[in-house]
Amino acid sequence: MTAFFQNTIGLPFGWAWFVATIVGILVIALPLMLAVAMIIYADRKIWAAMALRRGPNVVGPLGLLQSFADGLKVFLQETIIPSGANKTLFLIAPIITFTVALIVWAVVPWQAGVVLSNINVGLLYILAASSLGVYGIILAGWSSNSKYPFYSAIRAAAQMVSYEVSIGFVLIAVVLWAGTFNLGGIVEGQKAHIFGLINGYGFNPLLFPMAVVFFISSLAETQRAPFDLTEAESELVAGYQTEYSSMSFALYWLGEYANVLLMCALNATLFWGGYLPPIDWAPLYLVPGILWLFAKILFFFFVFSWVKATVPRYRYDQLMRLGWKIFLPLSLIFVFLVSGYLMWARVGFPA
Amino acid sequence: MIQLIAFYLFATIVCLSGAFTIISRNPVHSVLWLILAFFNAAGLMVLAGAEFIAMLLVIVYVGAVAVLFLFVVMMLNIDFAELRAGVMRYAAVGLALAVALVAEIVIAIGAYSAGGLALGRRIAPIEADVPNIEAIGRLLYTRYLFIFEGAGLVLLVAMIGAIVLTWRQRSDVRPQNINRQINRRAKDATRNMNPPVGQGVEL
Repeated sequence: MTAFFQNTIGLPFGWAWFVATIVGILVIALPLMLAVAMIIYADRKIWAAMALRRGPNVVGPLGLLQSFADGLKVFLQETIIPSGANKTLFLIAPIITFTVALIVWAVVPWQAGVVLSNINVGLLYILAASSLGVYGIILAGWSSNSKYPFYSAIRAAAQMVSYEVSIGFVLIAVVLWAGTFNLGGIVEGQKAHIFGLINGYGFNPLLFPMAVVFFISSLAETQRAPFDLTEAESELVAGYQTEYSSMSFALYWLGEYANVLLMCALNATLFWGGYLPPIDWAPLYLVPGILWLFAKILFFFFVFSWVKATVPRYRYDQLMRLGWKIFLPLSLIFVFLVSGYLMWARVGFPA
Repeated sequence: MIQLIAFYLFATIVCLSGAFTIISRNPVHSVLWLILAFFNAAGLMVLAGAEFIAMLLVIVYVGAVAVLFLFVVMMLNIDFAELRAGVMRYAAVGLALAVALVAEIVIAIGAYSAGGLALGRRIAPIEADVPNIEAIGRLLYTRYLFIFEGAGLVLLVAMIGAIVLTWRQRSDVRPQNINRQINRRAKDATRNMNPPVGQGVEL
């Protein structure tokens, strides 16, 4: 796109790059907002179907406009800031959550070579951005100056830091196999991975357990059920969002679902072939890669909703036990196994 | 051009937030300013072409260390009047430190303007076409292998030390046996009885 602005419109390179990046950001962020609105509707419909209810069905045909009606409603509400709250941090916190949920999309490859920012530390960038996400919640909890949000913030901080550890090891296993931190490179590395026929690291017996660990950790990382202890409504009212209203609440709402979509996209990209079709067969490549990616994202989103509708909430000590005593050793062992196998297959044992 | 703007933006924010880290009365604000400083320092490193170090700075310091800082600071209930009362007591030590730092800066600037040291050949020349993750990896696992593994060993010892210091076995509590909880089935816990009238149930 930079070339287009440079040659057709005649801007100097610096400005052409700048305008092209801004356009790229808008092209990703605006449809993403729309997708978030629709995915909230989908979540409620799936959840309703599993509970044998109808779900939203009043606003618009089949209730399709429900999310927009909700958005309009919160937009028109009054923003209430508690008098004991730390005003600046109280307002910054939802902005952080929302921003962090959006910035990671910059490195997600949509098609072969179609990515906003093709950096060679893509995966580390994702880890860095997701480690920022915890601040939105901690700050909300502290600045609200209220007991329930504070408990929630402490839970969230411990939970996210714990599960990032095992996510880190899972990503190392993937990086070892792909030999690059670049997400595009990781997707290309999955082409014809099994028997020269099936695309995707997830089908590899050494990486499949990692894919499962990553999926469950991504549930914990986005604070979805069964790990939604930060907003366990039976204990903490609404967790860190208790004191929020109007648009500041809506930012959390949008950020949360944008994060969920992002984690689905990462699951698809890292383990299940991203924009590649599932089987390395020429006719399947006629379908644009972005549709394969969307299909995978939607599949994982369905699984997220499915889990939310069926699995009861974990107790806090069980959550910590799962993170530290099961996932951490498991992912460490698999980093060991994967690097051992790769050493054997690519370098060979020293005689 | 844009590099220059970005550099001055990041550098100004690093300096300002560093200053605010010290000035802030509220310890939580201090930690948050510190986080902002880390974040912008990472921006400076990206500009310098060290994107790997930049990302590690954000992941390790912002993502883990500062979260734990914030965790501790949020829980503390710090009495500000008491803190301010202590300032005069430590004024002499603080002043001495400040003088030492200023003297060091002056000496460093003097030495720098007198001309740098001739270091000879660089040990690890940077090749432009190698991504810096690879460049660092090559150095760490060849030339500095023993030092690197030594550092790992030191960290391991520190970790074991921390565990030993905080480890205590309590005999007065009944710990949860997760396997037993998971393996427990309804038929192990309940009995279906049909007791005759007037006899009750044996437990």
